[in-house]
Amino acid sequence: MYFALQGALDPALVALSAALLIGCAGVPGLFLRKPGPGQIIAAAGTILAAFAGVPSSLLLLYSHTTTTYLLEWGLPFGPCELVIDPLSAFFLLPVFLVSAAGSLFAVGYWPAAEHRTTERGLTFFYGLLASSMALLLMARNGVFFIMVWEVMALSAYFLLVTEHEREDVRRAGIVYLIATHTGTAALVVYFSLLASQTGSFLLPAAGSLSAFSSTASLIVLTAFVGFGAKAGIMPFHIWLPSAHANAPSHVSAVMSGVMLKMGMYGLFRTLTYFYEPPFLWGAVLTVCGITSALLGIAFAVAQHDLKRLLACSSIENIGIITTGLGVALLGVSSHNNTLVYLGMAGALLHILNHSFFKPLLFLGSGAIIHAVGTRDMNLMGGLGKSMPRVTLLFLVGSVAICGIPPLNGFVSEFLLYLGLFRQLEAVSLTYLVFLAPLLALVGGLAVVAFTKLFGSVFLGTPRSTVAPHFHEAGVTMLLPMFFFALLCLLIGVAPQIALRLVSPAIEFIYPQLVSPSITAGYGDLLGRLSLSGVLLIAAAALVTLFWKWRLGKVPVSATPTWGCGYQRVTARMQYGGAAFSELAVSVFNGILRQRIERPTIAGLFPVAAHCSDQPTETFLERVISPLFALTGIAFAFLRRLQNGLMHMYVLYIFATLFILMLWAH
Amino acid sequence: MITLADQLLVLVLLINFILLGTSRLFFSIRAVAVQGVLLGILPGLIHPFSWHLVGITIVIIAVKGFVIPQLLGRAVRSAEIKREAEPFVGYVATLLLGALFTAFSFGFAGRLPMLPEHQNYMFVPASIATLMAGFLILTTRRKVISQVIGYLVLDNGIFIFGLLLAEAMPIMVEAGALLDLLVGTFVMGIVINQINREFSSLDTSLLTSLKEE
Repeated sequence: MYFALQGALDPALVALSAALLIGCAGVPGLFLRKPGPGQIIAAAGTILAAFAGVPSSLLLLYSHTTTTYLLEWGLPFGPCELVIDPLSAFFLLPVFLVSAAGSLFAVGYWPAAEHRTTERGLTFFYGLLASSMALLLMARNGVFFIMVWEVMALSAYFLLVTEHEREDVRRAGIVYLIATHTGTAALVVYFSLLASQTGSFLLPAAGSLSAFSSTASLIVLTAFVGFGAKAGIMPFHIWLPSAHANAPSHVSAVMSGVMLKMGMYGLFRTLTYFYEPPFLWGAVLTVCGITSALLGIAFAVAQHDLKRLLACSSIENIGIITTGLGVALLGVSSHNNTLVYLGMAGALLHILNHSFFKPLLFLGSGAIIHAVGTRDMNLMGGLGKSMPRVTLLFLVGSVAICGIPPLNGFVSEFLLYLGLFRQLEAVSLTYLVFLAPLLALVGGLAVVAFTKLFGSVFLGTPRSTVAPHFHEAGVTMLLPMFFFALLCLLIGVAPQIALRLVSPAIEFIYPQLVSPSITAGYGDLLGRLSLSGVLLIAAAALVTLFWKWRLGKVPVSATPTWGCGYQRVTARMQYGGAAFSELAVSVFNGILRQRIERPTIAGLFPVAAHCSDQPTETFLERVISPLFALTGIAFAFLRRLQNGLMHMYVLYIFATLFILMLWAH
Repeated sequence: MITLADQLLVLVLLINFILLGTSRLFFSIRAVAVQGVLLGILPGLIHPFSWHLVGITIVIIAVKGFVIPQLLGRAVRSAEIKREAEPFVGYVATLLLGALFTAFSFGFAGRLPMLPEHQNYMFVPASIATLMAGFLILTTRRKVISQVIGYLVLDNGIFIFGLLLAEAMPIMVEAGALLDLLVGTFVMGIVINQINREFSSLDTSLLTSLKEE
């Protein structure tokens, strides 16, 4: 790393080696008989790789260099280039950071001693997932890209089904597998079309293709389906909540924090190929983005499963990123440089931000689940008293994800708002201003969702007596969370630094549109934002100190949270999450529903009753599920083809050969 | 020399019919061994002399003519079966189908766009006919041993085709092909043992019970 900083060693080579090191980190554990050391070796390797990879990525980003390596692979698909340009370097940052933090977290969260059978596979595939994502960002040959893409998708599948003895995990795995392969199918078409356009499997250079041909539209459409399915843009989001909820938490952190961004990377990369994109592309992205944001967060509000709520909020954040990208594209089409810059900066910065606060929240949820033993928020409560550190860190993450200053979520959304409000002065596309209130609505709903989460998990008193041994998380679990919280605060307080991270990537994508003066101008603006952030923190600290001081002067007595003058308070006499979110969800009636089964209470002494709530998604229930059922019926004859007779299978091969021979003439 | 090669290929085709028409397993194994030896001689007839060629001929004859038949013979002896009883399709019907496919392969090969120097030889039709005979054996017979024999015949068909294509076959390719065959036979041998132990029979149609419902 130090060599890299001195320039004695090629930073691109360091990044490449770091990516490969992560992939190999889990291998020693496969051969060690004793459980434990393998996991620690893997964590150490991954963290070492991050220590090498992050500085070299930063160096590559700041130096605006593009490094190309040629892989001698001997396959008949043309030369295989590995390239790190500023866009790749930017996306490499979260890959290294999140995978390292997650592997450290795993040592405390999924200890090898307790999970002897699953830990090896988990550690190995975890490394493979992170490594394949890093290589994906460097791949410039379509066939190599698909290969690495599949390694990524499949290792994520194996991570997801770690607890495969559970029925719901297996179901989530199958849904994920179908979704990801639908995306891969689209990508195969995508790369074939690209190859037919350019004549080789090498990905085209930035701005080298014309957007005004039918092939171009088809390329972008297949990219939207293929990459969108991975990113979870609506309407390709159905696999996402169950997959992220059922994976081990550090895996959810990587999947949500980084793997979704690989889909976004694909979209960004695709859009760089074309100069002069038509309005339609930007419009479609913007509409899909804002829909994902709005409905994603609405789904999140309705959830009572902790991790499902976080997963749905990922859909929302991907939606915000897509909106930013769409707005930037509209800016390119209408030659509005401000819109391009602010849209791009908002989208890219939100990618970085989301890869900080979402892993923080998922790791936090892991610490909670580790302590409580359930994901159902209706059974939690009062954790704030038993795990104060996790609570504080989780609070930081929640505030950040809601886009509240002085944390990082605010900065990226601020850039987006700024871009949208600037449209008031613009000659064309003035109506983009109406996106601002929609974005505000998304932010508001996010506050509802995370208030519900925080309130029902950390505040009040414990609702369930199932797992009374609540305990604070260990240091290996707290350290990664603390690290992410620090990053959230850092970007929130010093956004101009973050802008400098984003600018090289934007300049790489649109070199002719973005001038250094624009960057400097917005840097100044964010500097003022940073000042207000510091003031806000100072004010909060002052109020806290004052409160502590007042508290010290008066006698303090402790009573149950929801005491309210009752004689015999039980834990169940609390305001619940379902009731809190009911009103907000009812606005979206028809699209989703929070089905609450209430008992009817009659008489003076009602009998014992039960109340439960279940969020349902209309689109999934009314459209997707019947569609799949129908497909299942239509293809039932295929199951008869698989009759278990070896002879019949050979006969199929024979028949195919015979038909091909006849058909050739 | 070429006419001699063509005559040997006719012999190969006749052996295909023997394999299709017989129910005795020992006889089938010997027939396949003879076919293997014939194929081992073929490269020597169509390519100019070289020590490399001698090596290949010896190895092919040793593996196809002796090692694999030996392995199969041992498997048949240890399983204590002598005949292929109740095939899916009867022997007469299989023979007729074999004749039909042989005719078809001659017709098909005649229409293939081939180099003029290959036009008049029997390599391509013999190769396709042998391939199809292998497929026929694989699809119509129940016993695992017969399956292995079908697999060997199939491979012989591919081998004949390869003779034509590669003027000077690189040694690695041949070694790869032979190794493939040998490993395949070994795997089949293991499968034979396992099936025999599990089902107390060598009937592959019993494998349906492994199917997941």
